[in-house]
Amino acid sequence: MALLELNNVHTYYGAIHALKGITIHVEEGEIVTLIGANGAGKSTTLNTICGILHPREGTIYLDGEPIHGLPPHEIVGRGVAQAPEGRRVFGRLNVVENLEMGAFARKDKDGIRRDMERVFALFPRLKERAKQLAGTLSGGEQQMLAIGRSLMANPRLLLLDEPSMGLAPILVEAIFETIRQINAQGTTILLVEQNALMALSVAHRGYVLETGTVVLHDTAAALRENELVRKAYLGIE
Amino acid sequence: MPAIHSETRFDWSQPVKTGLLGGVAALLLSLIGVIEASHARPVISGIISLGQALLLIVFVLTCVAAIRRAGYARQETSSRGRLLLCGGVAGLMVSVALAALVLIGNVVNLRAVFIKASPELYHLLTLGLDTGGVLALLMSGFLLGIVVGATYLLPARLRRAIAMALGAIPLLAVLYGAFFPGRRFTLPGALALFVVLSAGSYWGGDIRSLVKQRVASLPPAGQRVYKIALWALVALLVLLLPTTGSYPSQMLDLVGLYILMGLGLNIVVGFAGLLDLGYVAFFAIGAYTQAVLTSPEIRWLGEVRLTFWEALPFSVLMATLAGVILGIPVLRMRGDYLAIVTLGFGEIIRIVALSDWLKPYIGGSNGITRIPKPVIGGWELATPGRLYYLIIAGCLLAAVIAARLKHSRLGRAWMAIREDEDVAQAMGIDLVRTKLLAFATGAAFSGLSGAIFAAMITSIYPHSFHLLVSINTLGLIIVGGMGSIPGVILGSLALVGLPEILREFSEYRLLIYGVALVYMMLVRPEGLLPEARRKLELHEAEAAE
Ligand SMILES: Nc1ncnc2c1ncn2[C@@H]1O[C@H](COP(=O)(O)OP(=O)(O)OP(=O)(O)O)[C@@H](O)[C@H]1O
Ligand SMILES: [Mg+2]
Repeated sequence: MALLELNNVHTYYGAIHALKGITIHVEEGEIVTLIGANGAGKSTTLNTICGILHPREGTIYLDGEPIHGLPPHEIVGRGVAQAPEGRRVFGRLNVVENLEMGAFARKDKDGIRRDMERVFALFPRLKERAKQLAGTLSGGEQQMLAIGRSLMANPRLLLLDEPSMGLAPILVEAIFETIRQINAQGTTILLVEQNALMALSVAHRGYVLETGTVVLHDTAAALRENELVRKAYLGIE
Repeated sequence: MPAIHSETRFDWSQPVKTGLLGGVAALLLSLIGVIEASHARPVISGIISLGQALLLIVFVLTCVAAIRRAGYARQETSSRGRLLLCGGVAGLMVSVALAALVLIGNVVNLRAVFIKASPELYHLLTLGLDTGGVLALLMSGFLLGIVVGATYLLPARLRRAIAMALGAIPLLAVLYGAFFPGRRFTLPGALALFVVLSAGSYWGGDIRSLVKQRVASLPPAGQRVYKIALWALVALLVLLLPTTGSYPSQMLDLVGLYILMGLGLNIVVGFAGLLDLGYVAFFAIGAYTQAVLTSPEIRWLGEVRLTFWEALPFSVLMATLAGVILGIPVLRMRGDYLAIVTLGFGEIIRIVALSDWLKPYIGGSNGITRIPKPVIGGWELATPGRLYYLIIAGCLLAAVIAARLKHSRLGRAWMAIREDEDVAQAMGIDLVRTKLLAFATGAAFSGLSGAIFAAMITSIYPHSFHLLVSINTLGLIIVGGMGSIPGVILGSLALVGLPEILREFSEYRLLIYGVALVYMMLVRPEGLLPEARRKLELHEAEAAE
């Protein structure tokens, strides 16, 4: 049984039909990536999974149980955490407070402390800046904080929305290395990326989205070789 | 090169410009009548009135601004003569503006346009010498500016101490007059106060750190005793305040009721970031529930009348329910939309209370009268002085609850939705529950305030629940410092207490209010007693600039 399963999911923004029957699945322990052009529906997919948006049609199962009708806080309670697009840290709280917010749904104090240490081990920069207001961190540091904050929920499934957006190439490398580490520590990851090359290099499998539908689905290695992907997303002729 | 010129020649344009700006401010204060109205209130008996003090403050601030902007405030970089001249010119320009008013006013009848341009005003501006006094006015403006400039030759610490003391005296004089009606400062008293205040301000930092050191070296038990003693002193002061008379007690009662409301609205706006402009609705609902349940005028609920205490829980409960009921439809609204809808809600409640439709039940425009006062063990809280203790108890309770909530899990959830609602949701925060709890808690505090208000004034009318109450409450939170509990108390004292004391300004209340708010937003946007967090954030932003 897959950890996460979306079957024929349709999501609307009012009259705008953003997701037109998405079917994807994520197995325990995998890194799966969603790639696609701007406006393809990648963020919409993540927001639908974690309950901020509700599908008008279709089902979403986590561990074999339906979650498509649940409010976000219950879905978070079941072990799904999201690092939203565009960093979105709590700018007026400091780094530690941001991380504590990430653990809001948890009550196990010891576990929270351990996870804080884990985040600081993954991102030593955050530890140096523990008391700094998040709004004054650099863009890259904010991205680290956003990822760290979502890890504080100790999720089984981590949804990352464009973690490399706006970062210098060297930082992009570092972020992807961290994503690999997080996965190695046992967290399943659904990764949305514009940087298809990097995404396909860390992921096990990938889906290609175009205007709300899945047009391709294969292993990451196969997608890297795929003609369409090479042309449209890797910029290789 | 211009830079060298400005080093070698005195730059006239700077103090002239700043001085004229100050002159405009002085003219404005004079022409709208503030100066004359406050001339009736003495600061030091027979020496200086509040009106004169206000003018002096304008003069001094103008000279200070001119000196600072011209860069003479840093002693080492300036020559003394230029410093004094700069102050003098700025002071002179303020005088010039006022002198022009007097001269023109003597030829043309300005009262057709400015009804406050009275002969008394001219008399006052010319130091009682009338037309001949114009020269005296110019001279004293110039001299005053030089004196202000001369203070920059003093060590900065001493200058600040003197400024503090001089600024505090008018305020203290006003407070003294309000709490001890009929009494006023005498010259020797004021001089003594000046010496004490400036010494206190000069050595204040040293004394504080010395005390801190001493206390830190005490054993833990001793430290606790010290803390308890300090709080006991504050409590004693608070408890003794209303014993000086009935008028100050009335003022304090009103301040207390606003503190209660402020603490509640602070939860909604300050903690949870939900801009509620219809907050008066809950105050009204608390007051009306109390009135309906206790006033013998109301018959439709049966003949049995509840006492103040029996009715109080219902009043708070009704307000809380109203908070939830308003909360549900606005759950999805943000920012400006939320503000507009809640604004409408506040007005609806007032208009419904005024309507003929509910007239048989809550009296329409006739309101409800004969609301009984609280009785504790046969002792009726009949006077403002006695009610004060009830209100203080209410404020204390509310403050403790607010402080506990702020640092609770719920408080953190409020903080998260204030910062970013979507992300808060993704962190596992139940938006519906969190928002409704904010509205409900805020409404409960307001309902409590309203219930006490009804019993205090014994008759309520729809017009008591005007939009302005919401605005005042929001204003005091902003002035005190968004999200800060001590800020609510200080804001209430400043925005509700001071205007009550300065009755002669009641005409200008909204004007002063507006100016104060604009000034605050420009100079101290974090409020008077901000949360440590807000202060930090604004300072970091400044440092980054
Ligand atoms: N709040 C909204 N209201 C209306 N339409 C929306 C809203 N959010 C997204 N859309 C539309 O839904 C479609 C999918 O948007 P989505 O944000 O999921 O794209 P994306 O694949 O994440 O793109 P990007 O790579 O640019 O982030 C787009 O056409 C977008 O315009
Ligand atoms: Mg997106």
